[in-house]
Amino acid sequence: MGYLRSHWWDAAGALVSLLVVSAATLATPQLVRIAVDRGITGGSERIVWLSVLGLVAVAAARGVFSFVQGYLAERASQSVAYDMRNALFEHIGKLSFSFYDRQQTGQLLTRITSDVEQIRGFVGTGIVQLIAAAAMLVGTLVLLIILNGRLAVVTVVVILPVVVLLGRFVRAIAPLFKQVQQALGKTNAILQQDLTGVRTIRAFGREESELARYGAANAELLDRNIATIHAISNNFPFIFLFSNLGTFAVIWVGGRQVIGGTLTLGGLLAFNSYLAFLVQPLLTIGILASSISRAAASSERVFELLDAPLEVANRPGATPLAPIERGVEFDRVCFHYPGADQDVLHDVSFSIPAGHTVALLGATGSGKSTVVNLIPRFYDVTDGAIRIDGRDIRDVQLESLRQHIGVVLQEVRLFAGSIRENIAYGRPDASHAEVSRAAAAAQADDFIRDLPEGYDTVIGERGVTLSGGQRQRIAIARALLVDPRLLILDDSTSALDAATDAALRAALDRLMRDRRHTVVVIAQRVSTVRDADSIVILENGRIAAQGTHEVLLKDSPLYNAILGSQLEPASDAVTEGAA
Amino acid sequence: MTAPRFGIAAMAAVPAERAADRGRIARRLVGELRPYKRDLLAALGFVTLGALAQATAPWIVGRAIDQAIEHRDPAQLARYMMVLLVIYVCGTTAQRGTIRTIGVAGQRVLADLRERLFARLERLPLLFFAKHAVGDLMSRVVNDVDTLNQLLSGGLTQVVGALVSLCGVLVAMLLLNVRLALVSFIIIPVMLLTTRQFARRARKAFRQTRETVGDVTAGLEQEISGIREAQAFGRTQANVEKFKAQNLANRNANVQAVGITAAFAPAIDVLSTLAIAIVIGYGSWLALHGQMTVGIVAAFLIYVQQFFRPIQLASTVYTQAQAALAGGERIYSIIDAAPEPADAPNAVSLGQGRGEIEFDHVSFAYDEGRPVLHDVSFVARAGQTVALVGETGAGKTTIASLIPRFYDATSGVVKIDGRDICQVTRASLREQMAIVLQDPFLFAGTVSENIAFGREGITQEDIERASRAVSADTFIRELPKGYDTVLGEGGGALSRGQQQLIAAARAVLSRRPILILDEATSSIDSRTERLLQDGLQRLMADRTSIVIAHRLSTIRDADLILVLAGGRIVERGTHEELVAHAGVYADLYRRQFGT
Repeated sequence: MGYLRSHWWDAAGALVSLLVVSAATLATPQLVRIAVDRGITGGSERIVWLSVLGLVAVAAARGVFSFVQGYLAERASQSVAYDMRNALFEHIGKLSFSFYDRQQTGQLLTRITSDVEQIRGFVGTGIVQLIAAAAMLVGTLVLLIILNGRLAVVTVVVILPVVVLLGRFVRAIAPLFKQVQQALGKTNAILQQDLTGVRTIRAFGREESELARYGAANAELLDRNIATIHAISNNFPFIFLFSNLGTFAVIWVGGRQVIGGTLTLGGLLAFNSYLAFLVQPLLTIGILASSISRAAASSERVFELLDAPLEVANRPGATPLAPIERGVEFDRVCFHYPGADQDVLHDVSFSIPAGHTVALLGATGSGKSTVVNLIPRFYDVTDGAIRIDGRDIRDVQLESLRQHIGVVLQEVRLFAGSIRENIAYGRPDASHAEVSRAAAAAQADDFIRDLPEGYDTVIGERGVTLSGGQRQRIAIARALLVDPRLLILDDSTSALDAATDAALRAALDRLMRDRRHTVVVIAQRVSTVRDADSIVILENGRIAAQGTHEVLLKDSPLYNAILGSQLEPASDAVTEGAA
Repeated sequence: MTAPRFGIAAMAAVPAERAADRGRIARRLVGELRPYKRDLLAALGFVTLGALAQATAPWIVGRAIDQAIEHRDPAQLARYMMVLLVIYVCGTTAQRGTIRTIGVAGQRVLADLRERLFARLERLPLLFFAKHAVGDLMSRVVNDVDTLNQLLSGGLTQVVGALVSLCGVLVAMLLLNVRLALVSFIIIPVMLLTTRQFARRARKAFRQTRETVGDVTAGLEQEISGIREAQAFGRTQANVEKFKAQNLANRNANVQAVGITAAFAPAIDVLSTLAIAIVIGYGSWLALHGQMTVGIVAAFLIYVQQFFRPIQLASTVYTQAQAALAGGERIYSIIDAAPEPADAPNAVSLGQGRGEIEFDHVSFAYDEGRPVLHDVSFVARAGQTVALVGETGAGKTTIASLIPRFYDATSGVVKIDGRDICQVTRASLREQMAIVLQDPFLFAGTVSENIAFGREGITQEDIERASRAVSADTFIRELPKGYDTVLGEGGGALSRGQQQLIAAARAVLSRRPILILDEATSSIDSRTERLLQDGLQRLMADRTSIVIAHRLSTIRDADLILVLAGGRIVERGTHEELVAHAGVYADLYRRQFGT
């Protein structure tokens, strides 16, 4: 509602216009009555023409005001949706990784698109219509009672079941619509899974069972759809029947009154017209009732998102971080994911001196990615501290911290657009020379030039598809282009063949180590880590060993075990390489 | 981003897509209804009954006024009222019958279409999936079927009823009073023209809103799925600015469109009131001159109110039908797509064999004239392990895909146990092999279900033994509910390495003589991989395996190593032979392990 306040004038204007429209609508049958009673029955042609003129004038007024109402209401609601989407977008950009670990893209997208749209539909037109329908209902009732008390009572009694039926329908249909949506979601999920897993399904010959799985979900959907149709067919025809019975009662009871001389013929006709004005608002309120509950559910979801706490944010008084001079230090760092009670990192302490290359090694799930994700504050430590040049990274401005860090994530994500745009993601103003220099260092320049349109080749949904290794190299180029003081490579070369990997390492040495820039690398290959200035081995979230290749080779059985699993036998391979 | 819209907005919001061959598509869509012929005949009966009821009720009201009320005859009035009651009840019954018959038949047609689409997708050759994006296929099953749904569930039922009752109304009016009827009809073409004019302008305006909504959604999608990059590269504020501009454009387009649509309802309203004015004016004049009764004027007043609904509905349905035809065309393009070619007429079952694989001068091209494999020949003897090595794009995955006939060789022959695989049934061929792919496919279900993968007669013990064999048992036991932990779609919270271990366990469990590993271990750290390999090795002792991997440690034990470059085999031999040969492989090996 707060969002509507800033568009107060539009909303108020819409409401006033709608009340004028209602009044004009209520006046129409009166003019018909006058035409019939004083015109036709009274034999006055002048009155007939006057009331016809009146009808046209009323229609024109109603037209103008209902246009104004529709326009203003829509403008208000569009503005509310606009504000809401902006606020949501700005908020989600600041939410930390742990929020996104728990959310699915589709779900979030739904909240910002269709949930906002639901609210918009209700806020703009719904509220105004609801007030107008209520006003119309009361106005008509009052008029009916003034016109003919007895007839009014009879009509209301006959029409009462419409209210009951509508209530029943609204209650029945809301859960049904939800069930239809759920069933539809289930069929679509199976479809999506099967489309992405088509090879595995074929390979294991699971086509028939997948078809059966889909068939079951589809049958459920059909069942829910039919239930909805039954609910509609069991209510709506009867709603119309009872509103027709209103006419029936008016003509019969009113007819007897006309025969008895207590009502005029025109009065009867006018009364009959008002019936429609009684039923229409009831229907409107009924339809709105279901959209109210939907809008309420939607706004709950939207505000839940807007109120999601910013787990990682600037502290008050945070100052910018100067270019890294001395290095990064992990001081007894512990970390657990929100909601989990087990630490994934315990008491991790090590330092990354500026200009060094530090490699992280360890089994799947040992906490390597978590360690690197803490440096740009994708998550905040739960205990201990990470310091850059002696300053706790939680005391510096987030933007300035990340400005100095280039990250290549394990799961490479490229955007729909040209390769140039993808590489220049962090620096949209970079020149072509800079882009191709970064690509060359990432060993991507050659294959990009071989693509049909070189750097302008469009990748993504409808564009060229790249192999895993090519995507990784573009992601590395993207990180190198921002010329980071600290580069993080999270298993970023797993899909590269050994030759490319070697060339990339040589290029990184030139770009980073020689300029005293720092690199933190996670890799599976011994060849990638053996040249590092120091190697940190993680096991179950703790540091198991650290040192240079030579030191670890001598002292660490764990390192030798890792080495041994790749070069078998280890000593053999080393001598072979040295020979 | 589609809220329910009504009237003109509903018409304009549907893009006016035109199907290429409308007549043919329309005939096929109608053909879908054929199994429900009896329901539809019943529906037609209900519709006619309903229309009759709608047309006669006002007429009875008119008669009641003229013959009973004006003549002060309560008994006559009671008789008319009884007739009116019967008509109303008939109308209600008819309406209920129409909704049920058409609604249910329509939903059955849609369910049937969805199922046929899905069944066809399960049968299409894999080449089809290489050429169509998942999102595009999803949209055909979801959105295009929905366009048909809108037509069948909403529009068609109403418009048929409304049009039939419009005819009834027109006839009744003509019967009551030809002159007043003809004068009232003047308003109909005016309404039609107004509607068409508005629809045309609104469509233009809504095209703008659709495009801007597309930008907004795309902006959001990029932000959410790329949030990690956006934060890492400090782009969130820039993205907010960009989004605000897109959002503003969308709002402005909507407000502009509303300027047109908000004028439509009032315009029609004015026309309706004009119709009333005409009836009152001309009717009263006729009545004053004794050429008509008041009752007929009353009946006419009810009739003219019923003009607009059918007209509005008809134009809504016309637009819906356009969209449905275009949707139908896309749906049929899948249903009609050629499935995997049927098994050869004399195809036999391959039967449990030794698992020897032979490639005999095999070439393959995804697109004609652009071969990706040239003249590949090799033999993997039963029980051997063959490793494929080479740069990205060298053709390793393509070779692996030809063995289960995901694609068929363009020339040359692939044989298993000496039999051309094109001469055996696909099902029996694929039963011989277990495949673990780069991207493990996990579905929403428990870990156990994912490992068993629907195979029957598998005990929990079998599942755990298979998991132990690939060293997956330890991490699975550490999951919140162990083997009963429900995985989200796509693997949920598991790391890529853990997903690969589950896929490996699945392959082990299937006990098939041929094993294909396509970079199945790329994200597993080398120690876990070592354990996994030990397990696999034990189980592969009597299996033929084709292994694709970048890590040489994974493949140095292979019986045969094929080095691929540009779709050709450039070197072959054992690890020792190739290292001694001092070629491409030796070079790779030196770079990875030596200095």
